[in-house]
Amino acid sequence: MSSLDLARWQFAITTVYHFLFVPITIGMAFLVAGLQSAWYRTAKLKYLRATKFFGRLFLINFAIGVVTGIVQEFQFGMNWSSYSRFVGDIFGAPLAMEGLLAFFLESTFLGLWIFGWDRLPKKLHLASIWVAATGTLLSAYFILAANSWMQHPVGYTMNLEKGRAELTDIVAVLTQKTTLVTFFHTIPSAAFSGAAFVAGVSAWLIIKKKDIEMARPTMKLGLITMVISFIFIGVSGDLTSRVMTEQQPMKMAAAEALYNTTDSAPFSLLTIGSLDGSRSVFQIDIPSALSFLSTGNFKGVVEGVNDLQKSYEEKYGPGNYKPNIPLAYWSFRLMMGFGFIGVFFALLALYQMRKGGTPHGKWFGPAMISLPFLPLAAISFGWIFTETARQPWAVFGLIKTADGVSPVVSAGAVLFTMIVFTLLYGVLAFIEVGLILKTIQIGPRQEIEHEVSTVGGADDRPLVMSY
Amino acid sequence: MSFQTAWFLLIAVLWIGYFILEGFDFGVGMLIPFVSRNEADRRAVLTTLGPVWDGNEVWVLVAGGATFAAFPEWYATLFSGFYLPLFLILVGLIVRGVAFEYRSKYGKAQWRQRWDIAILISSAIPALLWGVAFANIVRGVPLEKSSTGSIEYVGGFFNLLNPYALLGGVVTLTVFLTHGAHFLALKTAGEIRDRAHALAIKIGLVAAVAAVIFLVWSNLMLPERNAKFATLSILTALLWVAGMFANFKVREGYAFIFSSLAIATFVSGLFVALYPRVMPSSLGSQFDLTITNASSTDYTLKVMTIVAVVMTPLVLVYQGWTYWVFRKRVSASQIQHPERGILDTLSQ
Repeated sequence: MSSLDLARWQFAITTVYHFLFVPITIGMAFLVAGLQSAWYRTAKLKYLRATKFFGRLFLINFAIGVVTGIVQEFQFGMNWSSYSRFVGDIFGAPLAMEGLLAFFLESTFLGLWIFGWDRLPKKLHLASIWVAATGTLLSAYFILAANSWMQHPVGYTMNLEKGRAELTDIVAVLTQKTTLVTFFHTIPSAAFSGAAFVAGVSAWLIIKKKDIEMARPTMKLGLITMVISFIFIGVSGDLTSRVMTEQQPMKMAAAEALYNTTDSAPFSLLTIGSLDGSRSVFQIDIPSALSFLSTGNFKGVVEGVNDLQKSYEEKYGPGNYKPNIPLAYWSFRLMMGFGFIGVFFALLALYQMRKGGTPHGKWFGPAMISLPFLPLAAISFGWIFTETARQPWAVFGLIKTADGVSPVVSAGAVLFTMIVFTLLYGVLAFIEVGLILKTIQIGPRQEIEHEVSTVGGADDRPLVMSY
Repeated sequence: MSFQTAWFLLIAVLWIGYFILEGFDFGVGMLIPFVSRNEADRRAVLTTLGPVWDGNEVWVLVAGGATFAAFPEWYATLFSGFYLPLFLILVGLIVRGVAFEYRSKYGKAQWRQRWDIAILISSAIPALLWGVAFANIVRGVPLEKSSTGSIEYVGGFFNLLNPYALLGGVVTLTVFLTHGAHFLALKTAGEIRDRAHALAIKIGLVAAVAAVIFLVWSNLMLPERNAKFATLSILTALLWVAGMFANFKVREGYAFIFSSLAIATFVSGLFVALYPRVMPSSLGSQFDLTITNASSTDYTLKVMTIVAVVMTPLVLVYQGWTYWVFRKRVSASQIQHPERGILDTLSQ
């Protein structure tokens, strides 16, 4: 494999892995903050137990999100130096803003929250988790603005002499349609993931008859959050498709493996096709649905891959402008499929829980155990779709991925770092899952309100939190 | 002052902040086995870092992001050129973060010993390699213009392991160890504090010798005399001695402040020696990366300046406040059942 292929694999591995932890972190930060607010307002200890129990799980997850995020900040320079030179004037800005506005906030206030139970007044301690949660939102916003610029560059001019894109309008970059719809698609997805995790874990506690007093309300909280966020995901997903059709028609055509321009284009639920995806053998279609998804009109014209290829050749010169179509087709469906299964389980459980009922049936255990994993699968496929179906471009229309790789880094060096990162990440996943399972197995414990002392000086009181 | 100079300064500030803050927590990470006699000691030491290590580490992420935004050519040449050392640093930072968070979850001796070794090594590697990297930047590395016009690193990995750079690594390693010992002396009580005092004196001397040789060498190595760099070098040495003296006199707050200031003047000196270059080339000054040929446009720098001017003071205020909230000394006697894991304690 060339250093380009290896660098792409490395980026895929490190980024997909990092983003398994991010959505859960964002979603759970708000849920834990909500639970602590419930405790603050009602003084009911079940909410304190829930805050601490889910807080422990949240932190185990957060640790890996943080450390794998460090690689994200530097790998553009390491493996993608030509890309960095080309986009740095624009792409670097949101990254630096993310650090200055979001990372400092998250890390500092989370530190205050973890160790501040007996050091901060109750209200300030509650505020610190809300501030940390807000930090995760800001972080998502800036990084999505950077990514959206790769999908749809705006607010720039090309400097041909220096061979790079240069920023002319930061407001355009931060507020373009692509950024906004992506943000409102990603954040509810993160809420969906965090909520599914809380619901799944709570369900397990109910099955094991542990602290049902706590687990019932947290399960409901998780399930209801899932359903509400799913509505937002659906609406923003629909908007995203339209923006995508307008800006990156090739991506939408690839998502449907639509080769020829068609009006009233159908959306296929399932295709059994030849391996390269060039023709279908068996297909279940929803008539006109693709036209509606892409244009908002059942009779709308959707451009096909072959026609787009032709027009891109005219515009950008000879070359292959088709992404990996089977991958785009299937990742798009798997994204939606896993999301739908998740919300279906949530609705079913909520239905059985109405009027004080307890979910029952053979489906319940397996469904609830799978619940935390479904959104993660959906989100991963969503990003795999978004990023691979933009290929061959790194920044749509401006720079190809192949032209972004570092010229001075050998394939051997990339291979070596990729192997080490992959092994290290594997070991960390193993350890992380072990700790999460152990924490769940122990379950919530009795909690008491801590005595707060804000004075300095020597102190012999036992610490509430120590490493 | 041009925007480029302003951003050169700001990036210097970010690295200074990073080396002062994560400098001590690298030091503490390495000192754990040497200041602790038992589990309670080790956990007390770790607890001094608990609330702050992550916030400290963000300084390097922001330094990286700011370099990307303000000097993309520097970011690209540096991190693709210093590929393996940076990779090792990243691995170190990954392992360290997880080790801090997970180490005390279980009580099993083997679990903890493994993480303790991980903390020691993963603190030492970046502490050493950041020095190697910066010394190489100041010394100049083989940079050449590629066919596409970009200035690329053309030396190999072993090119970076020259005596001057290795000495730079020894300087940061020993300086961070001493700085960490000052921090521990300030933040702990009882025997840990006493041991930290004693270690700070011994390691501080080694650091002083290494730093003086390094600074003299650096001053002589520069193509032309640089009076500002020379002044900052002397100031670094004086502040370092003041820090050691304060430590000797058990004035822990002063010792920590002085070693922080010494790090600040040391890093400032390196940046002063570089200015206006950001990465000099050893193959001729026509291949130097400078604040002019490596920078972003004035528009980008202006936008980022506004963000930085508003946010940096705010960050300093709330990070400073965190240190105030956790200003109490931590003593081993405050750790209940140190041998039990956090998770095991929960199940009791």
